[in-house]
Amino acid sequence: MAFVNLKKKEVQVKIVYYGPGRGGKTTNLEYIYNKFNDRIKTEMIAIKTQGDRTLFFDFLPFEMGKIKGYDVKIQLYTVPGQVKYNATRRLVLRGVDGVVFVADSMKVRKKSNMLSVKNLQENLSTYKKSIFKIPLVFQYNKRDLAGDGIPLLSYETMEKDLNSRLKVPSFEASALQGDSVVKTLKKIITLTMAALEKEFK
Amino acid sequence: MTYVLDQKELDAIEGILEEDFMDIGVRCVFLIDMAGNVVASQDSGKMKHDIYSLAALAAGNFGAVSTMAKIIGEDEFSLLFHKGKKESIHFSKVMKEFLLISIFDEDVSLGFLRLKVAEAIDEITGILGHQLSP
Repeated sequence: MAFVNLKKKEVQVKIVYYGPGRGGKTTNLEYIYNKFNDRIKTEMIAIKTQGDRTLFFDFLPFEMGKIKGYDVKIQLYTVPGQVKYNATRRLVLRGVDGVVFVADSMKVRKKSNMLSVKNLQENLSTYKKSIFKIPLVFQYNKRDLAGDGIPLLSYETMEKDLNSRLKVPSFEASALQGDSVVKTLKKIITLTMAALEKEFK
Repeated sequence: MTYVLDQKELDAIEGILEEDFMDIGVRCVFLIDMAGNVVASQDSGKMKHDIYSLAALAAGNFGAVSTMAKIIGEDEFSLLFHKGKKESIHFSKVMKEFLLISIFDEDVSLGFLRLKVAEAIDEITGILGHQLSP
């Protein structure tokens, strides 16, 4: 639920990183936090378990600068990926304007990626939102693991598994090394801002 | 869904926050939506809190507590209060989609604050009512 403040000429937008557990959602935010330190005035907030898994969400406010005269404040969130945390995951989606789905490229994670997309669709529908309409970008993460000899799903397989009906932009990435992290972020911001603009017309 | 508030509406809301809360010694008060966006805020200047982070956490916290309410068969807990040694936080729901959060110290009585919160909610509802259905 984006909020437009005409007094301050400011738009606040909520973007959520979604996907299966241990897929690299938090790593995406950590990379962005370190890379754009000068634009981020606050600490990144992480509500996590003792074992360093996301319990509720991570939160990172990010100043985009001006678009068409408006200061754009992007609020980045991650959800907890673990299946058992669905109640909190759903809460984070409240008022979401755009979604980055971080899929795990490891072969063994094929099924959990697909289940997580289905879960996203269900959770969005509780807020009367459609996965087919919301701005969405896929990020196929952990491509760097190919170098370690770990079996990965091919780009084509992941497209077929996850994106054959949605047909949204997708990127091969390594959140750990920063490959395509910014590209993914830019894409979701562009799509989300375009959707907001359309809503206003 | 996107909603827009213009200068007049925001001036009115900020005016309410200032009159009802700053005058009784509340340190910081802000109105957020359930997505965690900050709609309006007032600060006594004594303390510079990071309200954007507070807003995200408050919306999450309120959402978690509302879900707990449903599990035990309540519609909702419309009011939340966290007491600290020096500072305390009071949360109150404004219509379906907004939360009013005040941070105050031991000089402010909770009872008086709650009275002011109730007044402010009525006034804010009058302004936001046409934006979003209550």
